[in-house]
Amino acid sequence: MNKKGILKKIRNSREISLFIVLVILCLFIQSRNNTFFTGKTIADLFKNYATTITMALGMMSVLLIGGIDISVGATLGFAGMASSLFMRDGVYSSTFVMFLVSTVIGVLCGMIVGLIIAKAKVQPIIATLGMSNIYRGATYIISDGAWVSAYQFQSGFKSFAQSNFLTGGLLNNLVFIALVLYIIFFFVMKWTTFGRRIYAVGSNPEAAEVSGINISGVKFWVYTMAGAIAGLTGAMYTSLYASAMNDMGTGMEMDAIASCVLGGVSLSGGQGSVIGVFLGAVTMSVICKALPLIGISQFWKQAIKGAIILIAIIINVLVQRGMNRNALKAREI
Amino acid sequence: MEDTVKREISAKRDKSFKSIFFRWETLLVLMFVAVNIMNICISKNYLNGNNLFTAICTFIPKGLIAFPMAYLLVLGEIDLSVGSTVALSATTMAVLFNRGVPLETCVALCLIVATACGMLNGLILISFPELFPMIVTLGTQTLYRGIAEMILEDESAGKLHLVQWFYDIYYKKLGPIPICFIVFCVMAVIFGLVLHKTVFGRQLYAAGSNREAARYSGVPVKRNRFICYTLVGLVSGISALFYASWMGSIRSDIAAGYELEAVSMVVLGGISTAGGTGNFPGTVIAIFTIGLLKYGLGLINVNSQTILMIIGAILILVVMAPNIKNMIKARMAVKAQKAEQ
Repeated sequence: MNKKGILKKIRNSREISLFIVLVILCLFIQSRNNTFFTGKTIADLFKNYATTITMALGMMSVLLIGGIDISVGATLGFAGMASSLFMRDGVYSSTFVMFLVSTVIGVLCGMIVGLIIAKAKVQPIIATLGMSNIYRGATYIISDGAWVSAYQFQSGFKSFAQSNFLTGGLLNNLVFIALVLYIIFFFVMKWTTFGRRIYAVGSNPEAAEVSGINISGVKFWVYTMAGAIAGLTGAMYTSLYASAMNDMGTGMEMDAIASCVLGGVSLSGGQGSVIGVFLGAVTMSVICKALPLIGISQFWKQAIKGAIILIAIIINVLVQRGMNRNALKAREI
Repeated sequence: MEDTVKREISAKRDKSFKSIFFRWETLLVLMFVAVNIMNICISKNYLNGNNLFTAICTFIPKGLIAFPMAYLLVLGEIDLSVGSTVALSATTMAVLFNRGVPLETCVALCLIVATACGMLNGLILISFPELFPMIVTLGTQTLYRGIAEMILEDESAGKLHLVQWFYDIYYKKLGPIPICFIVFCVMAVIFGLVLHKTVFGRQLYAAGSNREAARYSGVPVKRNRFICYTLVGLVSGISALFYASWMGSIRSDIAAGYELEAVSMVVLGGISTAGGTGNFPGTVIAIFTIGLLKYGLGLINVNSQTILMIIGAILILVVMAPNIKNMIKARMAVKAQKAEQ
C-alpha cells in the first residue's frame, strides 16, 4: 500500500518525474561521453545557460496568467545593446550601474507591452509579435548595425561573468544571480498576495475579477516583470560574451517557452511551479550542451528544440486528460 | 398597438454619411490612396506600368499567404509557422534538384512537403483541441525551420535559374502583365468567392463567432479547421515556388518574418484576430497597401529593420484602434449619464 502510494505520488508529481527524466538523460550522455560529469562541464553548462534559465522565470509568470510574451528575446537585445552603448560612450563604468540600466530599460519595454495588452486589450500574441519587431528594429537603429566589441567594455564588466566574487568563490556570478532570482520567485509565487493573484487570474479570470482582483493591473505588472528579467538577462548576456550583437537573444523566447512547458507550466494559465520551471530549464540546457558532446551537429539544435516543445505540450495535455479521468473515477462518475 | 407599428428593425444598415466614412473599408481605401500618392511623390516613374508590376511582384509571395491566413483568422486561429514552411519546402526542392532529381518532381515534392507541414499543424490541433494554435504553430515554426537547417546547414542551394520554365514562373509576362500577378488575381477571386459565397465560407464565419454554437448546429468545425491549416500549408508551398523562381537560390533562413507580414495584412484588412468578422476584399486592399508601402520606403533607402518596425507598429495600432475607440465611447457614456443626473 505504502509502495503504491509512493509510485502514485511520483506519477502525479511533475517535478519528480521530470527530475527522473533529467537523471536518465544525464546518465545517457555520460555513457556516450565520459567528460560530461566533470566539474568543469557542469560549471560551464550553468554559466553559459544562466541567461536562458533566468529568462524562463519571466516567461513562467506570463504563461501563468494565460498570456505569452515572444518579445523577450528582442527586449534582451535592445536592453543589452542600449546599456552597452552607454558603457562604450563612457556614461558609466561600473558593472552594477550597467546591470541596473539594462534592467530599467527592460522594465520600460515590458511596461509598453503590458500597457498594450492590459489597457488596450490587444491579444498577447499579436502585441508581442509586433513589439518584438519594433524592439529588434530599434536595436539596429541605436547601434547603427555595429557591434559593441570586447575592447570597448570596462575590464571589470568583462570579467564579471567569469568570476565568482559575489559568493566569495562559491558560485559563478551569473549562476548566483539566476539562483537568487529563483529563490525570490519561489517565495513570491507561493507566499505573497501578488503571486497568488497571478495564479488566480490564470486559472479563472472571471472568478478573479469577481473576487476583487484588478486583472488588468496584474497583467500589466506581470509583463513588466517579464521585461525586467529580459533586461537583466540582456546585461548578463553581454557580460558573458563580452560583446553586444544586434541579433543577440533571437529565438531565446522559444527556449524560455520550451523550458516552461517542459517544467509543466500549462499554457492556458494557472498551473506551474518555480521548481518545475527550474528543472525544465536545466533539462533544456543539458540537451543543448550535450548535443556537441555526443556528436550531433549543432544544425540539428533548432529542430530538436521544436520537437521537444511539441512533445512536451502534447504530454502535458495527455497528463491533464488522465488526471481529469482519474478525478472522475475517484468520484465514481 | 402603437409600439408594434413603430418598432425599428435593428439589423437595418446605417447609411448615414458618418457611418460610411468611418467604416473600416473606407479608411483602408484612403490609406491605400495615401500610400500611392506618397510613392508617386517619391518616384516620378512609379506609375509606369513596368515599374508598377515589378513593385507588385515583390510582395506576391507574401501576399499569397495572406489569403488562407484570412480564413484562419476568420476562424479565430492563427498560423505562425508559414515562414518556416516556405523555407522547408523551398529547401527540399532546391536540395533535391541539386542532387539531380528532375525539377518537375522537385516542384511536386515542394508542394507536397508544404501541404504536409500544414496538415501536421491541423492534425495536432484537431487531436488536441485543448492546445492553442499559436503555441502549436510556434513549436512547428521552430521545428520546420530546424529541419530546413538540418538539410541545408549554413550553405545555399542554387542553380534553379538554369531551368528556363522555372525561371519563367516569376519573370514571364503575358503582354505587359506578369504571370505571377495573374495567378495572384485568380487565387484572390477564388479565395474571396469561397469565403463569401459558399457554405464552407459561411461555416468559417459561424465557427469563428461562436464555435460551440456552430458545432451544435451541425457545422463540421474539426474538418474545417483541418482544411484551413492544410490550405495554409499548400499556399505556403506555392509561395515557396514563386520565391525560389524569383531568387534562384535558397538558404535555410529565407522567408523569416512572413508570418508577421501575412497576419498584419489580414488584420489591417479588417479581419479581427478574435474571429468571425471582416471580409476578403479588405484583405486584398491591405496586401497592396502594405506591399506598396514597403516598396516606397525601400525606394527612399529606409533599411529593412526600420520597415519591419513600421509593420509591427501598424499591426499593433490597427488592433488597438477599435478597442481604444470603444474605451473612449464607454467613458463618454458614463460622463453623459453623470451629467444627466
